[in-house]
Amino acid sequence: MNVARQNRLNTFAAHGALIFYTLIALFPVFVIVINSFKTRKAIFREPLALPNSESFSLIGYETVLKQGDFFLYFQNSMIVTVASLFFILLFGAMAAFALAEYRFKGNTLMGLYLALGIMIPIRIGTVAILEMMVQTGLVNTLWALILVYTAQGLPLAVFILSEFMRQVSDDLKNAGRIDGLSEYRIFFRLVLPLVRPAMATVAVFNMIPIWNDLWFPLILAPAEEVKTLTLGSQVFIGQFVTDWNAVLSALSLAILPVMGLYVIFSRQLIRGITSGAVK
Amino acid sequence: MTALVLENVCKSFGVVEVLKDINLTVEDGEFVVFVGPSGCGKSTLLRVIAGLEDATSGTVSIGGDVVNAVPPAKRGIAMVFQSYALYPHLSVRDNMALGLKQEKQPKSVIDERVEKAVQMLDLGAYVDRRPSDLSGGQRQRVAIGRAIVRDPKLFLFDEPLSNLDAALRMNTRIEIADLHRTLSASMIYVTHDQTEAMTLADKIVVLRDGRVEQVGSPMELYNNPANQFVAGFLGSPAMNFLSKAPLDMPKNGTLGIRPEHLRPVANGRIKGTVTHVERLGGDTNLLVETDEKEALTVRLFGQDGTGVGEKIELDFDNTASFVFDEQRQRVFS
Repeated sequence: MNVARQNRLNTFAAHGALIFYTLIALFPVFVIVINSFKTRKAIFREPLALPNSESFSLIGYETVLKQGDFFLYFQNSMIVTVASLFFILLFGAMAAFALAEYRFKGNTLMGLYLALGIMIPIRIGTVAILEMMVQTGLVNTLWALILVYTAQGLPLAVFILSEFMRQVSDDLKNAGRIDGLSEYRIFFRLVLPLVRPAMATVAVFNMIPIWNDLWFPLILAPAEEVKTLTLGSQVFIGQFVTDWNAVLSALSLAILPVMGLYVIFSRQLIRGITSGAVK
Repeated sequence: MTALVLENVCKSFGVVEVLKDINLTVEDGEFVVFVGPSGCGKSTLLRVIAGLEDATSGTVSIGGDVVNAVPPAKRGIAMVFQSYALYPHLSVRDNMALGLKQEKQPKSVIDERVEKAVQMLDLGAYVDRRPSDLSGGQRQRVAIGRAIVRDPKLFLFDEPLSNLDAALRMNTRIEIADLHRTLSASMIYVTHDQTEAMTLADKIVVLRDGRVEQVGSPMELYNNPANQFVAGFLGSPAMNFLSKAPLDMPKNGTLGIRPEHLRPVANGRIKGTVTHVERLGGDTNLLVETDEKEALTVRLFGQDGTGVGEKIELDFDNTASFVFDEQRQRVFS
């Protein structure tokens, strides 16, 4: 930042605004986490109080962990999220590279076509997707979810990554060609490392909606053995009685893995590994 | 043997013709410089030779073989880029070795050649560093080293000095000239800088709008330009062009005189006023406005006391002047 423009008031205001936003954004999470450690009565009596020696209870976590399927749900969510992200990044980056690097007829049209999905929500096609999954026998498999989420994430991934790939120096790619590297090696070894921050951005953007999604698991994979965590947590919410301790504990646990993934990706966002390749 | 032959090479991007019917021969061991203003197609021509772009028509032969359908890595060329284009994830040594590894050369050969290039370019202290830890000049030397180890039939340089500062540019220019002498390899060098062209080349190819304007040794082009463009492009300060000249001229013709061929004398044929003086120590450049309101540069050797605003009379030797016709072509008398 330009030093001359930094004055104390601006810095203060900027930090103030950011801290305020952080508080608002974190408050619901905070309430969930503190209440997951309280007895049922304490949750309702004083929802905003911190757990103390009287109200502290791990009953929610015990319920969740005793419910044997919880780890399975956890595992399903993890498989679906990681596999979807992998395919989104792999295919998205490949398509983006082709669009950014090669001149061919209909390049622009193809780019627009691939970006169209950004504007059209995939849920509009739910019925058709369900029919397709029934016909291909993929209903109640994790593959159904992985395929749908990959399709859902690709448009934005292609759009963002192709912009970044255009910025990778042509000279570097050409140097690789002259040294006899194949197009695949140029893509994987030279270009991908340079767009790593963009890949991390795409991963973060896609990860959270996939992890939190309730819609497609409910419709495409509601069977017990393929339930995701979000769907699995719904068992504690009954029509008449809701086990709030369990719901809150399940949600608190559900935050952890996605937070871990975020930390991994955000490190890539910040790291300035790319400097020095070209001037 | 000829290092490179281009026959009727054309290149268009869609409807835009970038190269128009280029014919050129580069002899073995020759240092050829492509020079021209930006957008003249010189970099595209280099890319066509390298195989990074396909020629729309025409043939490219390197070392006697037609290489139109040969991929860049198999053409026996090596290229040095303006932006260095080093592989950021590899050390200096691996940057140089990568091309040879791709060719499946035995390790002993790779080590030997890399070692030789490192010695030649004085990079010994840096072989295990990453490109990001090197200065601009060092990076460019690594890029040159990467070209040397491949032992190519033809070296291609794409404006390799443009990113360096003035002092380093001159040193690297001399290094490249030395390199050419030591390796006695054929080299093609693209630049928009006429000083680089004049100082390095055995043969200069002046390009404009995708056409070859003139080919020849630096002094041939300087002393005997074929047209007004070449005359104005080479030489610094640039040649003076007068449309109202004190000579018999073809209709709408132009007279060209190099700044060093004008000298102040009493009763000279050109009269004017000095508008600016540049004192460089070794030389003095006078900027003069003639009485016909045309601008001239006069280059005087040594130091000169002429001041701004003084009246001046200039003359020149007719044999050291050039006449150009309406089509900007040279008229020989």
